[in-house]
Amino acid sequence: MASDSVKLSKNLLRMKFMQRGLDAETKKQLEEDEKRIISDEHWYLDLPELKAKENLIVEEKSFGPCEELRYGRFSFKGFNPEVEKLMLLMNPRDETETRDEEDLSRMQTDVTDEEMALRYESLVESMKKKFAKKRERAAPKDDEEEEDVNHNAVETTTKRKFLKPQD
Amino acid sequence: LKYSFLCVVLFTPAEGAAGCRLSFLFPVCPSDISPRNNNNNPCERSCGVSAMFSGLKDKVGEVLLPGDEFSLETEDTISLTERVKPEKVVCGPGLRRSGDRLLVCKSGVLRHKQPNMFWMDSQQRRYVPAKGETIIGIVTVKSGDVFKVDFGGSEQASLSYLAFEGATKRNRPNVQVGDLVFSQFVVANRDMEPELVCVDSSGRANGMGVFGGGGLLFTVSLGLARRLLSPHSEVLSDLQTLFPCELVVGMNGRLWVRSSSVQQTLVIANLLQSCDTMTAPQRQDLFRRAAQGAL
Repeated sequence: MASDSVKLSKNLLRMKFMQRGLDAETKKQLEEDEKRIISDEHWYLDLPELKAKENLIVEEKSFGPCEELRYGRFSFKGFNPEVEKLMLLMNPRDETETRDEEDLSRMQTDVTDEEMALRYESLVESMKKKFAKKRERAAPKDDEEEEDVNHNAVETTTKRKFLKPQD
Repeated sequence: LKYSFLCVVLFTPAEGAAGCRLSFLFPVCPSDISPRNNNNNPCERSCGVSAMFSGLKDKVGEVLLPGDEFSLETEDTISLTERVKPEKVVCGPGLRRSGDRLLVCKSGVLRHKQPNMFWMDSQQRRYVPAKGETIIGIVTVKSGDVFKVDFGGSEQASLSYLAFEGATKRNRPNVQVGDLVFSQFVVANRDMEPELVCVDSSGRANGMGVFGGGGLLFTVSLGLARRLLSPHSEVLSDLQTLFPCELVVGMNGRLWVRSSSVQQTLVIANLLQSCDTMTAPQRQDLFRRAAQGAL
């Protein structure tokens, strides 16, 4: 094919399959030509760079944050209990009040430390029983009333072994 | 430049906002606190802001007129050893920013809140909507997806039917023409139609929406509405001791009261309307007489 006689267009030469045969230099040149074409077409503002001034004055149109206005619905002397609940929810509470409220709420809903300790004691007992042998589980234990406080009497807790019959 | 003027001013000595009545004023000349100086140097500007800040602080509690301005002063010597912290000044209603200056646009008393908030405390009856304020509106038109609500402003606000708690396309809220809605502004500027919603950003109603019948709606001045909503309101504490009642306060100056009987409702409504322009002792005397049953 006589490629010299036929003039290939620039677009055709720019296509990928035509570029595989080219070397690096010609590729770079083509790229630069393309960039120049694009940058000529790009519009830009020919102005000096303006730095946005940091605004130190802020405008606030509403009275709400200025005067710390409260929630708009009120109910007095228990006329509307739902609105009273809303009043407590919506109004910004004072710091001292919130602290008292937190203590109260902790006492009412959460488990106190004493209760937790008692619970753990009983829990430990029940778990111990679970892993104890059947014989030990059957024997009732009195832990509360121990007459032998000084541990004078030695406890005999020997395992029951097979007793050989005596002839 | 000091400006002098004759004025007869009556202040109500309340802890919350004071409602001042300026009866007549004869200003001599508007004050120009300091010469204007345009500069882009940030540390000079922040010095200027702190100077303006101190200028503003000096004027707290004084009566100012529209046209007074606070501008940035540049100090002649800027100490480089001091660390310059850009202080922000928040200007509330009644103050406007114009370039680098702070202009007063409503006549009233300059108030200050820590750390850096300033605003003008003035009296008016006409409400201008602001974003985030809760108001009482009356539904006027119910057209398709949107309700038109009258709140006493220059135009009616729109309230979408989806802006209620638990409202979907199938489950429409039960709102009729003539209902009272307690809602807040989500769009409120001078270029667009104001928009209301009866739900907060997380989708909860928080007491907003249509509220019940059986009460009385009346208008008062905006100052009284704000005084009722301020944190340690004396009017509210006086009202608490009267009768068991329910009160909804809209920042557009509309109040709604309901009590156990029609007479008590009317008494409370009349008390609130008349105590707007009274001093504190007069108001307490009036409330005491109402409690005793003389009214």
